[in-house]
Amino acid sequence: MTQTVESPLARKDFVSDQEVRWCPGCGDYAILAQMQKVLPEIGVAREQIVFISGIGCSSRFPYYMNTYGVHSIHGRAPTIATGLKSVNPDLSVWVITGDGDGLSIGGNHLIHCLRRNVDVKIILFNNRIYGLTKGQYSPTSLGGHRTKTSPMGSIDYPLNPISVAIGAEATFVARTQDTNTKHLQEVLRRAAAHKGTAFVEIFQNCVVYNPTAWDHTTKADIRDDNILYLEDGQPLIFGKDRDKGVRVNGMVPEVVQLGDGIDEAELTVHREDMDNTSYAYMLSRMLHPEFPQPFGILRAVSRPSYTDMLVQQVDEARASQKADLAGLLHSSDTWVVE
Amino acid sequence: MADSPASSTGVSDQAPQVDGDRQQESVVIRFSGDSGDGMQLTGDQFTNASAILGNDVSTFPDFPAEIRAPVGTIPGLSGFQVNFASNDIYTSGDEPQILVAMNPAALAANLEDLQPGGVIIVNDDAFTKNNLRKAGYDENPLDNPDALRGYELHRVALTTLTRTALEDIEGMTNQQKDLCKNGFALGLAFWLFDRPLDSTLSFYAKKFAKRPQVVEANTRALKAGYAYGETTESFSGRITVPARTEVPPGIYRRITGNEAVVLGLVTAARKANKTLFYGSYPITPASPILEGLAALKHFDVRTFQAEDEIAAIGSIIGGAFGGALSATASSGPGIALKSEGIGLAVVLELPMVIINVQRGGPSTGLPTKTEQADLLEMFFGRNGECPVPIVAAATSGDCFDITIEACRIALRSMTPVYVLSDGYVANNSEPWQIPDVDAIAPIECDFRTDPKGYQPYMRDPKTLARPWVVPGTPGMEHRIGGLGKQDGSGNVSYDPADNEHMIKIRAEKVARIADYIPELEVNGPEKGDGLVVGWGGTYGAIRAASERMQHEGHSVASVHLRHLNPFPRNLGEILGNYRHILVPELNLGQLSFILQAKFPFRVIQLNKVQGQPFKIREIVDKIRSILD
Repeated sequence: MTQTVESPLARKDFVSDQEVRWCPGCGDYAILAQMQKVLPEIGVAREQIVFISGIGCSSRFPYYMNTYGVHSIHGRAPTIATGLKSVNPDLSVWVITGDGDGLSIGGNHLIHCLRRNVDVKIILFNNRIYGLTKGQYSPTSLGGHRTKTSPMGSIDYPLNPISVAIGAEATFVARTQDTNTKHLQEVLRRAAAHKGTAFVEIFQNCVVYNPTAWDHTTKADIRDDNILYLEDGQPLIFGKDRDKGVRVNGMVPEVVQLGDGIDEAELTVHREDMDNTSYAYMLSRMLHPEFPQPFGILRAVSRPSYTDMLVQQVDEARASQKADLAGLLHSSDTWVVE
Repeated sequence: MADSPASSTGVSDQAPQVDGDRQQESVVIRFSGDSGDGMQLTGDQFTNASAILGNDVSTFPDFPAEIRAPVGTIPGLSGFQVNFASNDIYTSGDEPQILVAMNPAALAANLEDLQPGGVIIVNDDAFTKNNLRKAGYDENPLDNPDALRGYELHRVALTTLTRTALEDIEGMTNQQKDLCKNGFALGLAFWLFDRPLDSTLSFYAKKFAKRPQVVEANTRALKAGYAYGETTESFSGRITVPARTEVPPGIYRRITGNEAVVLGLVTAARKANKTLFYGSYPITPASPILEGLAALKHFDVRTFQAEDEIAAIGSIIGGAFGGALSATASSGPGIALKSEGIGLAVVLELPMVIINVQRGGPSTGLPTKTEQADLLEMFFGRNGECPVPIVAAATSGDCFDITIEACRIALRSMTPVYVLSDGYVANNSEPWQIPDVDAIAPIECDFRTDPKGYQPYMRDPKTLARPWVVPGTPGMEHRIGGLGKQDGSGNVSYDPADNEHMIKIRAEKVARIADYIPELEVNGPEKGDGLVVGWGGTYGAIRAASERMQHEGHSVASVHLRHLNPFPRNLGEILGNYRHILVPELNLGQLSFILQAKFPFRVIQLNKVQGQPFKIREIVDKIRSILD
């Protein structure tokens, strides 16, 4: 559907002339850089790419991409993307959102975009805090989190973005991290190639208001024990020494130490393409510190996208019925006055 | 009646005296029954037959917000009023002269509207103890000579007679047969007003094509009703309303405002050579527009039933960015929810049309009733200085023209445009001369594809519109957004001068629309004692009232504002030509408020917020009191 690029583009072709204005050290820089690196490789002409965002730090993203873009209003990016994609299905449309924009004020649009399987890529930067409004707790902030609006600790139960996406039966669900550059690139590539809604949660670091949120997945000495890298067709193995695994016991996962009579054959083998969402949902419920957190593609299944079906219906209608405007105006009981 | 009959207003004030056949210029009939009694269908069929016969018709369907409120109660009533005439009429009539009441509640609720001397046809079978109690009657009013004194009462055992007519149809329960009693009532009305049955018979055949038994039952009920009128001599004569003369020649159909919006959008898209994208969330009374457009995919109409009102406006912003002619419609609470998105659309300077089918407010209000109390919301209901052009439909048929006009303005000036309709205009049906589509001017709006010298917010020197560049155009990648910006480049800017410049230029862009919209035309004398100024669905009542005054020799004129923001450029001049200015509105004075703010003339208000349209008489009385 999308045009193939004739002359190869480079990262610089996707850098806009606008000065980037995130805080120094913000995780958004890393995501921006990897996006600009990946886009030249996905085989889509630059003019066919559109970034749409809502409000929040992450939502400034489109201004920095030399593509088409809309910086819209809080939480509504999926709605604009849906309209755009409905009238021009050939575009590669990316929604950039955050935990507040996508899961709080825009939660409704997010789940409906996912269930419809609109062919857009939704990249949710999760830093578990409101950054742009200066440090209030967000819908993904952990219980007890002390912020300006929760001085005694947050009493909100946090939402898990991946669980929400799987609950809405998203056809592509993945997780990665801002500083994990290679992994981030690979996930973005896979998202770009997916037909239908691709939902990607990126653990993103807010250096100012929530700098320790992802310590367990970023600190060199502990991160490998806290991340489970998913590979399709491979057993669930993790750990610095790749000596731990996850197996399913009844309905629940459990972490096991390999060796001591437990070998790989007992571990659950990862499969992205299961229609049933239970397995992917189970993965999404693996929370720190009890479990390593799954990174990579939790789910990638094929289902017709909303926009493809819309175009198909329009095509079928046009093939079977003439668009006779005068006839339409007369399509009721008429009478003639002489 | 205090008013004397005035032929030009189209409403005869005289109730028919049924003594031998007679002719009338116009008749207003109201059908009322349970919402399950098929009153809308009955009224609709009666209207169709009258329109095809050559009468001018205007209808007023009045139905409850509940789908099926308790049977036999007043809240459960559904009504349909038809005004049909041999001359031009502008409203569905002030008061009915004929009331068809299917049960005691229908009689109780409608009796006070009926003209003195009017004809009442009741379903005698429905006046049971239980139904009388539900309607609040202690005793049967039909048996009390005082209760209905001054009216001509016809007690017809509709249920029994219908059952008898369908007696030998096998396999139908009495309950199913009773559903046909509206057909009997319709047949009787057809006889009484000398209408042919053909259009309704072919309607039955088409609608129930898969159920021949139902066609047979309805056909029999209809014919039995007709025969009943002819044979019983219960009525001493028939009333004929001859066909209109002096009707512009052409092909006509009936149309409601919502239907006209659908056709207007499709026509505008064709004239602009654009795909039509319509994103909407179901809401009364705007839903029929979404339903109508969803069936027109063969016109490359793409409809999107959004998850909520906010998503609907968001989707059409996306559609507009993508180069489609984009539109949405809603009402009351839904429009309120869209206001943030409309603010974004103003700043993005993208073309789109937002149709507000106004209903009774505030909040959920009166979903199925009419009102025009959203005007100030259209003017001011967004944060910041956020001008949106506003047009309003005067009649059901005008919804077609005004929708095309709105699309034209949106595409020419690159701006969202509000179309105001209302519950009355949306549901009322009237004869509509079908326009020649080839005669409708094309809408010029080319996408810019030349990257040379392009800037996202560069402006047309005349209209101040920015160019429309759609994603997919090579070499013209650009970003737009809701933040403060610099003119020309569109770059984000917090510079105070940039902000003020952008606010002023957006206001100026909307103001300049007045340069190309038509001037206002006065109906009546160019100068005089009184000018009645209206907008929206009150057009018919205002025009009829002012014509009635003219007919009586008063120098009273009317003007109707189809363009509300900006106003037609000659409005101020016109206002200055009359001693008194009266502004009737179905709100507490919203246009009055704007007129007072903009022009140095005193305005007299006439306001009503009862969920019902104006009666012609209410406006006539007000004009009289001013002139006295």
